Amino acid sequence: MKRDLLLIIKAGLEKNIPVLIGTAGGSGARPHLQRCMEIVDEVLCDLGRCARVAEIASDQHRDTLISALHSGRISELGPVPPLTQDAIEKSTYIVAQMGVEPVIETLDQGAQIIVTGRCYDPAVFAAVPIRAGFSEALSLHLGKILECAAIAATPGSGSDCMIGVLDESGFTLEALSPERKCTVTSVAAHTLYEKTDPRFLPGPGGVLDLTACHFEQLDERRVRVTGTQLQKSADYTIKLEGAQPVGFRTISIAGIRAPDLIQQLDGVLEAVRDRVFANFESIDPSEAQLLFRVYGKNGVMGGLEPCVDQPPHEVGLVIEVVAETQSLADTLCSFARSSLLHFGYPGRKSTAGNLAFPYSPSDISHGAVYEFSIYHLMTVNDPVSPFPIRIQDLGVV
Amino acid sequence: MKLSDLATVIRSKNAGPFELTFDVLFANRDDFERVVRSKILSVAAFADLFRISVSDVIAVVEFEPALAIKVTIKRTRSSGAFGETDVYGAQQHAPLLSLEIPD
Repeated sequence: MKRDLLLIIKAGLEKNIPVLIGTAGGSGARPHLQRCMEIVDEVLCDLGRCARVAEIASDQHRDTLISALHSGRISELGPVPPLTQDAIEKSTYIVAQMGVEPVIETLDQGAQIIVTGRCYDPAVFAAVPIRAGFSEALSLHLGKILECAAIAATPGSGSDCMIGVLDESGFTLEALSPERKCTVTSVAAHTLYEKTDPRFLPGPGGVLDLTACHFEQLDERRVRVTGTQLQKSADYTIKLEGAQPVGFRTISIAGIRAPDLIQQLDGVLEAVRDRVFANFESIDPSEAQLLFRVYGKNGVMGGLEPCVDQPPHEVGLVIEVVAETQSLADTLCSFARSSLLHFGYPGRKSTAGNLAFPYSPSDISHGAVYEFSIYHLMTVNDPVSPFPIRIQDLGVV
Repeated sequence: MKLSDLATVIRSKNAGPFELTFDVLFANRDDFERVVRSKILSVAAFADLFRISVSDVIAVVEFEPALAIKVTIKRTRSSGAFGETDVYGAQQHAPLLSLEIPD
């Protein structure tokens, strides 16, 4: 990260272009933001420069969220369970996704480098043109394409750049590498990527509406986009994201080649599971979960696997336990692994062991396990105040 | 003819941590319209293929500007939750490849 930021910050300061870094460190919670600010300071010191740096935090206080929950200002985002006070209390870090407004605020205050917590990806691209008076809809749509580098070109690439030229009525896209070109299909198809519906792209405060969008091939390498609209919502909502710890994981990896065992594997695994919990009677099922993943059967698709009638000649097995403590997970995984290794199934000829281990020791303590606990929308009174801003001079002061 | 013979892209990916989305892209309008007409990617056909309930299919969108059909379903569990088999959802597309397109 330091190498990349050095290249960008050096060029930004030399050419007097603001440098905007969205969702610092990948998810934008406080530790990520702090680490990114340290790197920016190191880079400025290495360059022997001083710069006005803005930091915009996105972490949300639990009390604020609990009060929003009880006053009906939090709703589900898609097929997610309703939010509970318990989830708010148990989540380790809770961030909200900011739109362009806090970023524009820091530009107004003269920031040359802006580092944000969790941020709508297009916002760091759209903030500068929106502040300069360009259409919000076009600026955000352009930002949505540029934030994915050259993925909207063909052949696409996430590590190569695109240039977008915005004007009063639309924007024009061009890939910088001569090996890539933008086509109507490649640009239109990009709006599909990791989205529920390519015509309506929700973000902080509103929904980008592409139903009247027009994509025009200007020449072999350039595409012009017009007609994007922004439906502003009556209430400004921001997305909340959080995860909570659910225990500790231990896994063991093994292969099975014996045809007779593969044939009756489901029954054998059930019998091993029963034996594990019979030997640890004092353990409540809520304290520990045991799972056998069978690669070669349905390890990739689980319950969605339609192809269930073809017996494999070999399977890969992952024995997995998630339990309240690492030591309990280690113990249960070890017990399950050794029970399966020596399990005497009907007709067994290979009495020396049922599993082929690629590693010794065979079990791996995997550490803490988290699950998504918050993926909800919160209505806010204004789009700036949930995101505290701090501006300071960093580097060689 | 199979869908993989006609489509240029057949892929799956998470759309947020609670949804899984499938994109099928075509090289030209004829191919796109042929598959749209065939209804092999309708809500009912998709639910049947993946053995999920119709109510778990969130949307089927025929997006003409990109010559694409997009289907989004509820994830079996949130991404990374206990029992996860594909954290990013990138390998759930395989059953689409061999779908037969009627003449």
